[in-house]
Amino acid sequence: MVDSSSFWSEKLKNIEERNKSEDPQYKKWKKEVLEKWNPGSEEKEFINSSGIPIKELYVPGDLHGDLNERLGYPGTFPFTRGIYPDMYRGRLWTMRMFSGFGTPEDTNRRLKYLIQHGESGLSIAFDMPTLYGYDCNNERAEGEVGKCGVNVSTLKDMEVLFDGIDLGRVSTSMTINAPAIVLLAMYMAVAKKQGVPLDRISGTVQADILKEYIAQKEWIFPPEVHLRMIRDMMVFCTESAPRWNYISISGYHIREAGASAVQELAFTLADGFHYVEMGLNAGLSADDFAPRLSFFFNSSINFFEEIAKMRAARRIWATVLKEKYGARNPRTMMLKFHTQTSGYTLTWQQPLNNIIRTTIEAMAGVLGGTQSLHTNSYDEAWALPSENAVKVALRTQQIIAEESGIADTVDPLGGSYYVEWLTDEMEKQAYSYFDRIEKAGGILKAIKTGYIQKEIANTSYRRQLRIEEGKEIMVGVNKYVEENEPPIKILRISKKAQLSQRKRLNDVLASRDQEKVRRSLERLEDAMKDESVNLMPYMIEAVESYATIEEISNIGRRLYGGWKEPVIV
Amino acid sequence: MAAGKNLSLFRDKPVKVLLAKPGIDGHDRGMFVLAKAFRDAGMDVLYAGLLPTPEEVVDTAINEDVDVIALSLLNGAHLVVFKKVADLMKKRGIDDIAIVGGGTIPDADKPKLEKLGITGNYGPGTPLKTIIEHIIMRAEEARSRKLGIA
Repeated sequence: MVDSSSFWSEKLKNIEERNKSEDPQYKKWKKEVLEKWNPGSEEKEFINSSGIPIKELYVPGDLHGDLNERLGYPGTFPFTRGIYPDMYRGRLWTMRMFSGFGTPEDTNRRLKYLIQHGESGLSIAFDMPTLYGYDCNNERAEGEVGKCGVNVSTLKDMEVLFDGIDLGRVSTSMTINAPAIVLLAMYMAVAKKQGVPLDRISGTVQADILKEYIAQKEWIFPPEVHLRMIRDMMVFCTESAPRWNYISISGYHIREAGASAVQELAFTLADGFHYVEMGLNAGLSADDFAPRLSFFFNSSINFFEEIAKMRAARRIWATVLKEKYGARNPRTMMLKFHTQTSGYTLTWQQPLNNIIRTTIEAMAGVLGGTQSLHTNSYDEAWALPSENAVKVALRTQQIIAEESGIADTVDPLGGSYYVEWLTDEMEKQAYSYFDRIEKAGGILKAIKTGYIQKEIANTSYRRQLRIEEGKEIMVGVNKYVEENEPPIKILRISKKAQLSQRKRLNDVLASRDQEKVRRSLERLEDAMKDESVNLMPYMIEAVESYATIEEISNIGRRLYGGWKEPVIV
Repeated sequence: MAAGKNLSLFRDKPVKVLLAKPGIDGHDRGMFVLAKAFRDAGMDVLYAGLLPTPEEVVDTAINEDVDVIALSLLNGAHLVVFKKVADLMKKRGIDDIAIVGGGTIPDADKPKLEKLGITGNYGPGTPLKTIIEHIIMRAEEARSRKLGIA
């Protein structure tokens, strides 16, 4: 591993040097043609979400140095144009619609519905009690069971969730973070029951705890405890479940929490570098485990900015993995990512407009070279999506894929003066953040002191003020407003979910082998006390005894307590 | 009473607001925007941190003698959780602290919340000005009660 202190600042210096712009012909055109055409054209401000001023025109002189070298060819270092040589001509992106609500039975039905309509990968949302490691009968879970996703308290729920779905044939992404290791243990236990060996299961747990402290705020313990659990999943999966992605390094939530595109890019990759260093410190080499790291980005409404962000992300990841972390295998250097269109850009007002926003954002994801895509439904500013709205969102992807022709050639925007310039600019600003984070003591420290969170909150507030002032337009919200809009039909989660989940939990609690539960939890506690032990086998044993998610989480709560975030306002 | 008619109420001590997300919900982007906006509007702003219980919210509001509790939830549990806060306030006989709500609250739920004395219940896209005016209006009611001039 290359020493950090000078790596980032030297990279930054080189890129700054490279990006310096001078083009005499452009200057001449601007003075002699543009200014005569429209003398007032300089007054209006054109900036993107990252605060980068956009010129009226980009020209060959905006691209410096050896463009071919920093683009590479698709499937070759540094993968700016895409990680696969043929991209979508060989195989389309995976259309992965995030779903989950109510009881495991409800979600099981929705998953089968999506499979039937051509979805190619499952993606599960969990409810708040599950995400925070509480059982459905905890007092805090009152009113929240099944509201934002499916509720899972014990292995029994997981068995129902995947009933009739062959875990050897589907790939399943589970959006679960703080208790990821518990849900992964449950998934493995269901696979075992179905007779599917662990080396055949494929999918992802999100498990990116750093972005929880930054943005989504769903943690149970102090950061170090969760990081140890991630290390254990990393080591266990590398050995026993090689097709499982044990982490999805997520910028999505960072963006939704208010970050700009550049902040999303920089903070997400900085988190990624931290996980790489964790693997190296656990005695693995980058080539052993980093090919299983994958990313999750937001695709928001500023079309070219998003595309540039995704292209820059690939180039930075490949370069840093190679130059700083000693990767030799090209697969290790490939940044694979999932994309979700932006929830923040969806409006409560005139909800059908959201279909158009989602289409633009989805196209940016495809032109940015995503490996899988979730398109939001138009009613999601209101509630969890209804079945019809989900279908329109899935059809949006199918129209892009099979009608629009934008997937017919690899990286169709490659070579665009604007897109290449913007890619270079985002790259530069990301390195500038890496350098600042390094100087702030590394990403973990920058999170614990609230530096990262403050950067995001400031951006978010500035943006809100721009919307208030009408400098940034949201159609239907601060322009083209309609009075007395008719209400739309939304999905309601009935209280039945809570009742039936509590009943099932009570049945499990009454029928399980209590002695077996006690012993497995005891063994898990001993394992937790010893940092050098891998927790994964103990987690599997505990969930197989039908210990609940809360019983398992309580061990850590007792040993390590919770976490109070730094004050940032 | 229109907002801002009685600003003399706040001459010595500005409007004091407690922002809280009771319940299990980490969506705090809006909270932070509001905290900054309320502060820029001259209010004294407290934030209850993440995952406070309804009891903790009510305790803090009483101990800090705030004028308004501003509740936010984006997880669909507002009818249950906001009600818990309102019930606790009633149980403790507190009538000089107003409660307002916001988040992803369907129109059909708004009358139910208003019946509990929880007003506003603004959704995404509401201008900051609208929210601030509403907070001031409710703070005037609360402050008048505190001063015994209601």
